[in-house]
Amino acid sequence: MQPFRVHQGKVAPLDRANVDTDQIIPKQFLKRIEKTGFGEFLFYDWRRTPDGKPNSTFSLNQPRYAGASVLVTGRNFGCGSSREHAVWALANAGFRAVIAPSFADIFANNCVQNGVLTVVLGEAEVTEIARRAEQIPDYQVTVDLEHKQVRDQGGFSATFQLDGFVRHRLLEGLDDIGLTLKHEAEIAAYETRHPAL
Amino acid sequence: MSGKAWTGVRQGVLRGFKVKYFLKTMAEPRTLFEKIWDEHVVCVPPGQPPLLYIDLHLVHEVTSPQAFDGLREAGRRVRQPQRTIATVDHNIPTEPRGTPITDPIAARQIAALQKNCKDFGVPLFDMDSPEQGIVHVIGPELGLTQPGKTIVCGDSHTSTHGAFGALAFGIGTSEVEHVLATQCVPQRKPKTMLIRVSGQLGEGVTAKDLALGVIGQIGTDGATGHVIEYAGEAVRALSMEGRMTLCNMSIEAGARAAMVAPDETTFAYVKSRRFAPKDAEWEKSVAHWRGLASDPGARYNKLVEIDASTLGPFVTWGTNPGMVVPIGGRVPKLSELKTDADRQAAERMLEYMGLEAGTRMEDISVDRVFIGSCTNSRLEDLRAAARVAKGYQVNPKVRAMVVPGSQAVKRAAEREGLDKIFEQAGFEWRESGCSMCLGMNPDILQPGERCASTSNRNFEGRQGRGGRTHLVSPMMAAAAAIAGHFTDIRKWQFQ
Repeated sequence: MQPFRVHQGKVAPLDRANVDTDQIIPKQFLKRIEKTGFGEFLFYDWRRTPDGKPNSTFSLNQPRYAGASVLVTGRNFGCGSSREHAVWALANAGFRAVIAPSFADIFANNCVQNGVLTVVLGEAEVTEIARRAEQIPDYQVTVDLEHKQVRDQGGFSATFQLDGFVRHRLLEGLDDIGLTLKHEAEIAAYETRHPAL
Repeated sequence: MSGKAWTGVRQGVLRGFKVKYFLKTMAEPRTLFEKIWDEHVVCVPPGQPPLLYIDLHLVHEVTSPQAFDGLREAGRRVRQPQRTIATVDHNIPTEPRGTPITDPIAARQIAALQKNCKDFGVPLFDMDSPEQGIVHVIGPELGLTQPGKTIVCGDSHTSTHGAFGALAFGIGTSEVEHVLATQCVPQRKPKTMLIRVSGQLGEGVTAKDLALGVIGQIGTDGATGHVIEYAGEAVRALSMEGRMTLCNMSIEAGARAAMVAPDETTFAYVKSRRFAPKDAEWEKSVAHWRGLASDPGARYNKLVEIDASTLGPFVTWGTNPGMVVPIGGRVPKLSELKTDADRQAAERMLEYMGLEAGTRMEDISVDRVFIGSCTNSRLEDLRAAARVAKGYQVNPKVRAMVVPGSQAVKRAAEREGLDKIFEQAGFEWRESGCSMCLGMNPDILQPGERCASTSNRNFEGRQGRGGRTHLVSPMMAAAAAIAGHFTDIRKWQFQ
């Protein structure tokens, strides 16, 4: 997993709350068996009109946000289905961090598994970042996991909280399964005490 | 106090914090959730989340291919094939079995599961199996789902199994790989929420309506970070299938999991099922399960009180499960909503759903009706819908389908003649699968089609791009199919 330490990138705003994973990656793309190549399907039904043409009114289709790597959006982002494909779509499309007032649990867990950072900030701070992204051309932020801070070059700065171990895992790019298997002895001991019927 | 809590101390894993941990669990009253949690913690590595052991891992074709490939790449095997069970449900057509799968990508994904189960020794209830069905329907049917177990699946509606007093939750594909490799999952301990439902659900008001009522009250993120425990006389009065519907829908309130303490209703359901414990093991298990209910005085982080007698049949109007109104109500006016953000979101929803504010729900016509999904496709759901349909005809403008949750449900329904009732009324009677819940297989809404659905999500495009989903109970769905519009089931003239 690619470590996340300090990332500077362009911000793209998605001015909606309760964005569910069916919107992030619609079901027809869940039939794939690969883990890559989901980037072009991100927000598919919002990006395209029913006849397949790009929907110019959708924020992420606007050329000014091309190459964005930080998404700023509304509360309860990633609610609904547990599909990790939603995170793969964001990651494959180049997003390294998502900033929102809150995230759904399963989605947030899935982000950790893929080195995507979920940054929880207050509503007012999120609104301010989105405003700057909409008004300042090529607006960039620095997401600093080492100091748990989001800042820009225009004087904005906010700190965020994050589970200590999640932060450690992301900073080091640690493989989850390898860590668990270090406890082989305890797992085996548990299984001896609780045999499968 | 069960012997198992002492075993850890006897094993000699004596670090100060662990001894204190066990003494604490003996002294304080614990909730159902805490008892199961405590019993399944393998270890707590310093500075890391606890490792939780998983008793049962359910697998289906959509969220597993990359997980099995990950095992292959790392040269790992499935640690506990005997605690792992797979089925095909999301992608498969509900046409008669033997009809070829026309979607090559779906066919490839199903073939991948077959190969993966064969290569890794995981039992698979495949398309031709008499036990095949939606994963959250067959687990309980087979007696795999039992009180006190930890159960995971790469599917958010895994919360269903909590109806049995199990700790059951959805995970993503990376965690699926993790469980396959280690039979454990690192997990921060969630908070707890007690939802106490007093009173009685009225005639025509079902577990589905209770679930919609809860989500309508607390919102789609009302339970985020929490495991819900449902208690109270109205919950006790629910059958196991009703409790499954309630726990199934809980993810739509953001809950990590949902649970109902096991009782005689639970034991009667589980007994004699294929994978249920038998004889001496059965007696021992039931004795253990009786001790799982929350202790008097156990504390929860949040409490929600609901009076079941104030609830009626609900219908969703918007594009998330929290946007509900009673059947006698109307599509909300924007002025009724509190914040700018809510009004903006509602405007979008109304446009997507093709609805005007203030419209009476009973004036809204439907084009399609879907009775099925892991929420409402079990035998009692089908009986209830059939009772409504009997003696009537589906409205000529409506296409209605009934999709039993499993082959076993289908056979039982056919033994009771429910299929004949549905077919005579003009409903399509299909094979088992997830079907139109999520538009991944051929059962899909066309843009603009409005559907009364017994499923669990009404997000934009959920049942097909541009499809308009309204969530209801099975009886309400059957009534809508016949009337051609939403109608109050409490006024239904049963034939």
